[in-house]
Amino acid sequence: MPIAENEVKWVTVPKAGLLEQLYLPAIFQGLQTTVRHATKTLFGGGAVTQQFPEVEPKLPPNYRGVHRLNRDEQGRVKCVACYMCSTACPAHCIDIVAAPSPWPDREKYPETFVIDELRCIYCGMCEQACPVDAIELTTLYDLSGFSREALMFDKEKLLSVFDETVKAGTDPIRTRSGRLSVASELPADTGLTSSSSAQS
Amino acid sequence: MATVYVNGKPVDIGNEKLNLIQAAQKAGVLIPHYCWHPALTVVASCRMCLVEVGERKPDGSITMQPKVVPACQTPAKDGTVIVTNSNKAKFAQEQTLEDLLLNHPLDCPVCDKAGECLLQDYTFNFGRAQSRMIDEKNTPPNKPYIGNNVTLFTDRCIMCSRCVRFTREISGTAELQIINRGHHSEIDIFPGEPLNNKLATNVVDLCPVGALCSKDFLYKQRVWNLKTRESVCADCSTGCSIWLDGNKSIVYRLRPRYNPQAQGHFMCDDGRLGYHYVNSIERFLQPMVRRDGKLTPLPWTEILPTIRQAFQSVAQKDAAGVVGVLSPFLTCEEAYLIAKFLKKLSGQVRLALGPVPILGADDTYPKDRRGRPIQPVKFTIRAEKCPNRRGVEEILRYFQGEIISFEQVVHDAAEGRVQAMYLAAGYPPRPGGWISETQAQMLQHIPLIVCHDLLPSPVSNFAHYVLPGASWAEKEGTFVNHAGLAQAIHWGVVPTGQIRTDGQVFLDLLERRGLLHAPTLRKELAAEVPYFAALARGDLGEYGIPLNDERSA
Repeated sequence: MPIAENEVKWVTVPKAGLLEQLYLPAIFQGLQTTVRHATKTLFGGGAVTQQFPEVEPKLPPNYRGVHRLNRDEQGRVKCVACYMCSTACPAHCIDIVAAPSPWPDREKYPETFVIDELRCIYCGMCEQACPVDAIELTTLYDLSGFSREALMFDKEKLLSVFDETVKAGTDPIRTRSGRLSVASELPADTGLTSSSSAQS
Repeated sequence: MATVYVNGKPVDIGNEKLNLIQAAQKAGVLIPHYCWHPALTVVASCRMCLVEVGERKPDGSITMQPKVVPACQTPAKDGTVIVTNSNKAKFAQEQTLEDLLLNHPLDCPVCDKAGECLLQDYTFNFGRAQSRMIDEKNTPPNKPYIGNNVTLFTDRCIMCSRCVRFTREISGTAELQIINRGHHSEIDIFPGEPLNNKLATNVVDLCPVGALCSKDFLYKQRVWNLKTRESVCADCSTGCSIWLDGNKSIVYRLRPRYNPQAQGHFMCDDGRLGYHYVNSIERFLQPMVRRDGKLTPLPWTEILPTIRQAFQSVAQKDAAGVVGVLSPFLTCEEAYLIAKFLKKLSGQVRLALGPVPILGADDTYPKDRRGRPIQPVKFTIRAEKCPNRRGVEEILRYFQGEIISFEQVVHDAAEGRVQAMYLAAGYPPRPGGWISETQAQMLQHIPLIVCHDLLPSPVSNFAHYVLPGASWAEKEGTFVNHAGLAQAIHWGVVPTGQIRTDGQVFLDLLERRGLLHAPTLRKELAAEVPYFAALARGDLGEYGIPLNDERSA
């Protein structure tokens, strides 16, 4: 269904009042944080800075780091090579070659799946576009390599990121779970229910 | 003169015999339809085109029929009133779509048709957003082999029966049928009688959903990544209008484009699947010169002046010994430019028509079950497997009045009467090749041979200069088909390597500045060669321009 005229909400920018136009309250608000941190550090509340290389930061589970390609219950790649992620990708960093799948329950699978991690801008659009929850961004942030080629992550590498993150227990938060194909069916014990069958 | 009222808007449809879908099209209103196709018989089975129909009486009063009727089956006449946007008509469309989607698997992410699927488009425009289906969907097993080039995803089918009617009416071979009944209906073949006629892959284009898919294109690309250009199939002299779908220098598929002047709605599988040489890795990618018996690359900027000077010096000594061979795969513009270059050397330079590949006899459809052609003919695959013999012949006729055959040139070469030869070949690889080994041997002793071709051939093994040619998918120009219809071709992919289009090379040989611009050249051609006078506008439009030929008339 195309978007109907009456479903469109038009929003206007609220007008700034006199106080807001002065900018002074906002400046003091910002300074407040600075002063709070300064006093905390000076008078024994502990340092605010994180000791990064020694201490790993705790990142929120919706942090957008290195991609992973999920596996289904049988350990196969979940991806169905629909190219939605590469279509949605604003940086054009995903390259897929599709082929008829070797498994009877699926028609298509990715023969190769390469993400250029250097080109990626970590916007998470691929994750949103994926109809089978096959691609996800993990909380791995310290990405480095000795060559550009080393950061072209292929299917095996992306699947190994999945294995690593599952082992480390740092699964990302699912953006959405759809019920579009067998590949997207969730195991029953995850506690996450499939969204209602919104089909058009 | 009949007037039809579409959603209150009067449209003059003249004296044409139209159904309501076509009449509404004239008014710019789309009546959604699946089973109806202009080239096939009407069955009104999909029920997608239900509209409200009435009649406007001469006194101005309108009487509407109480029920919605299929627009494809209702002829338009003077005073017919069509209403497509009333609640009743919209409700009918919505209901039909809901019914068609009951058993549709909605596997759009893995379906090749997604993006150009009428079920997607109509659901978006006319359907409802939510499904109320709570039961299990029918999931009949796929039929991966119903033909060598076609695969069937049975569960996606909406039973429009376009494919069945195509094989019965256009190809005549009647391989496809509907088996079972009701919601268990399926498209199928008779056991051991696969869909292997030469028009078979047209059912993939006809299929409004992704049920019938081409094996050649299966999972190669998503359709929204393809860049589509209007072109003309180069595989035979029918000159089918096509859509050329390519991406990143690779041609992925050809689809027929409707052209009433050329071939109608369809194209044959030979042409459709005959494009693969365009993507071949065997192709010449850079200009080369033979030094010490080996081909060594030389940049265009050096090789072209060398060739020009070599031909000029030969022409000064023995102008009649210079021969240009123009293949029927050249566009008219290219043939014109190379003819001009060679004739500028000297008026005595001879131009010959390259070998014209002929394969068997014209193949007409429909055929009966035993493969015998039936009248009236609805589609012809020509035996002449080249797109532009007529165009090149006319250029040759203009420049020297007669057409010298390639056999004549080979004969002369064997007798040592050819001193220099420019082979503007551009032949696709076909069984047997465009030149036989014995013919090539007879050319071997020519002191100067320029082979301008796509792929290695017996001639390129000893040619002194080898220039990489551009295929028809990479160039702009005009093809004239067997009936004298001039159609424009457009580049769909960018040639790889250092390949330049043939026309550009000829322009450079002529020392004319600038890039090749087909419409400008076409105007020049029209002004100079009387046969092409009708192309004076430069733009040939969607369907091309028929060239009137007094001789054949």
